[in-house]
Amino acid sequence: MAGSKPIRELGEGYLATPGTSFHDVTEIVSRVTETKAPRGWWILFGIAVSITGLLGATLAYLLWTGIGVWGNNSPVAWAWDITNFVWWIGIGHAGTLISAVLFLFRQYWRTAINRFSEAMTIFAVICALMFPTIHTGRPWHIYYPLPIPNGMNIWPNFKSPLLWDVFAVSTYFTVSLLFWYVGLIPDFATLRDRTKNKVRQLVYGFLALGWRGSNRHWSNYERSYLILAALSTPLVLSVHSVVSFDFATSVEPGWHTTIFPPYFVAGAVFSGFAMVMTLLLIARTVFNLHDLVQMRHLEMMNKIILTTGSLVGYAYAMEFFIAWYSGNPYERYVFLNRAFGDYWWAYWSMITCNVLVPQTYWFRSLRTNLPWMFVASILVNIGMWFERFVIIVTTLHRDYLPSSWGNFSPTIVDWTTYLGSIGLFFTLFLLFIRWIPMIAIAEVKMVLPQADPHAEDHHDDHEHAPAVRGPAVMKTGEA
Amino acid sequence: MQIFPRSLNLLPLVAAVALAVGGGVVTFIVAYYFSYWNTQVGYAPVQPVPFSHRLHAGQLGMDCRYCHANVERSPEAMIPPTQTCMGCHSVVRTESAALAPVRESWETGQPIEWVRVHNLPDHAYFDHSIHLSIGVGCATCHGRIDQMEVVTNQTPLSMSWCLDCHRNPEPNLRPVSEITNMAWEREEGEEIEYARYALPPETCSGCHR
Repeated sequence: MAGSKPIRELGEGYLATPGTSFHDVTEIVSRVTETKAPRGWWILFGIAVSITGLLGATLAYLLWTGIGVWGNNSPVAWAWDITNFVWWIGIGHAGTLISAVLFLFRQYWRTAINRFSEAMTIFAVICALMFPTIHTGRPWHIYYPLPIPNGMNIWPNFKSPLLWDVFAVSTYFTVSLLFWYVGLIPDFATLRDRTKNKVRQLVYGFLALGWRGSNRHWSNYERSYLILAALSTPLVLSVHSVVSFDFATSVEPGWHTTIFPPYFVAGAVFSGFAMVMTLLLIARTVFNLHDLVQMRHLEMMNKIILTTGSLVGYAYAMEFFIAWYSGNPYERYVFLNRAFGDYWWAYWSMITCNVLVPQTYWFRSLRTNLPWMFVASILVNIGMWFERFVIIVTTLHRDYLPSSWGNFSPTIVDWTTYLGSIGLFFTLFLLFIRWIPMIAIAEVKMVLPQADPHAEDHHDDHEHAPAVRGPAVMKTGEA
Repeated sequence: MQIFPRSLNLLPLVAAVALAVGGGVVTFIVAYYFSYWNTQVGYAPVQPVPFSHRLHAGQLGMDCRYCHANVERSPEAMIPPTQTCMGCHSVVRTESAALAPVRESWETGQPIEWVRVHNLPDHAYFDHSIHLSIGVGCATCHGRIDQMEVVTNQTPLSMSWCLDCHRNPEPNLRPVSEITNMAWEREEGEEIEYARYALPPETCSGCHR
């Protein structure tokens, strides 16, 4: 079809406000770390640090007194501790998905949000890693699960998914940190080169590892980034699958389900994207990032939220179907108990937030509505917290033996542990926003129209095929 | 403009060497001083009475079971009561200053507060009698007590040390008649007929009951 207009592709169109120059990108992003923090930042930071202090006090009390200060009891031996762990790990998954999976699929709209979400991953994983440690009765023996030669000649049991958790989450943290750092090197070099301040020069210069942006640097950089992305993708799928094995490999009706690994991963992406959305909307407004984070980015994210929300909804339906179809009275009872038992309110909160809320994104008007997407993103994370709570607690509190039925109610220490982990997350996140470029400067520049070597002859060459690793930004034929 | 001096080019090398050396040192310190491999070896506390095993078991040739009388029947090897000491010392060296606490214990009825040298944690249920009845000699675990002026701990008493023997006991077994013979050594190529050879437990319930 020579002479016809180019085919519209997904993601086609400007990814930044038309007319944004390379220098504008550097300015917009670097300015945040170079000017004084706005008062709002200090207020938020003060709140976050106070809550982190609450976490410290809680942990001290917990360690000194014992985990009996939580509401966990004998049938419900896992409750908020593991709920929060899975919730945080899930939140951390969107970061890797955005950085790695979307990178492999050449989704250029990821460039505006990937740094942000990778940071979120790391901080969420830090919060998550805390829980497996503190939920043990003797946290000072937490190194026992590590396969270290020792004077006792004992080794961990490699059949336990809780041990796989140790490997999965610690590997996930390490790889995410490396991936994030590799992406940051050119941007640290930008900050190093812009500042006149000696201390900043030394710090950012050290972090930039002598980056000069040479051709050779870039080709190695791109290759390592690709390899890390390709490693992170199976990692992100397996980590949350391993987390789901904690439940799926058990014999509890309601846990022993083969759908858990993909269902947990879908839920993780779902909640992670929602968390990115919440944070991004705030940062975008506070730091004036509208030129780089455009409505089309947010809309794409909402589409992913819709997709994964529907997957999660499918999984809920399928669990119920199988409970009926299996003919197993225990499994049937567990699911009836979820919907109509003592914790019916948790179950229906979960359904409302996770199934109904994302379905509003079928409508473009709601998908592009800032206030609604902010509210919805928070609702989704509430719903995903309830999902983990429902899976854990409603399974444990009513299982095989009616003589072992019991209810769970959280104590004040459960609350402060959970709130404290949120405080820790925001403390780290606010520090990140102030000191590290929160948008990948170098990557955004790659997708600006002027990075396209053919940008100049675009108007008259309609048959030009886009470069394989080129900018996604092209003017469409209709412009 | 250069931020860093040229000498910083050495940093990767220095860092790599420091990491390797530092890592090795830290590994050694942790493995040696913080592990259960060797923490107890050489422990020799000061006792309330300077009791000499070298004199009693070595020079006087007393059998171990004269004082530690129940080791063949009980899980716990007894420390002899004051009565055992006074069996001789009511007539031997009755004026010795070193024995003053023993006489005092005899008069007041207060036991002597010996300091325990071989101390296992209470979640490990060690049984003396079973080891003696299958032919593990005193010297195998406690060293040459008959040559010790002050008792010191000669073995780590760690779980790996226990398990090494439980997994391969034969080199440490001897005829049951020789268990208290401190000087016993297996002769070259000597085949020992074990009186009762039991398979030592390697599972948790063996000791951690």
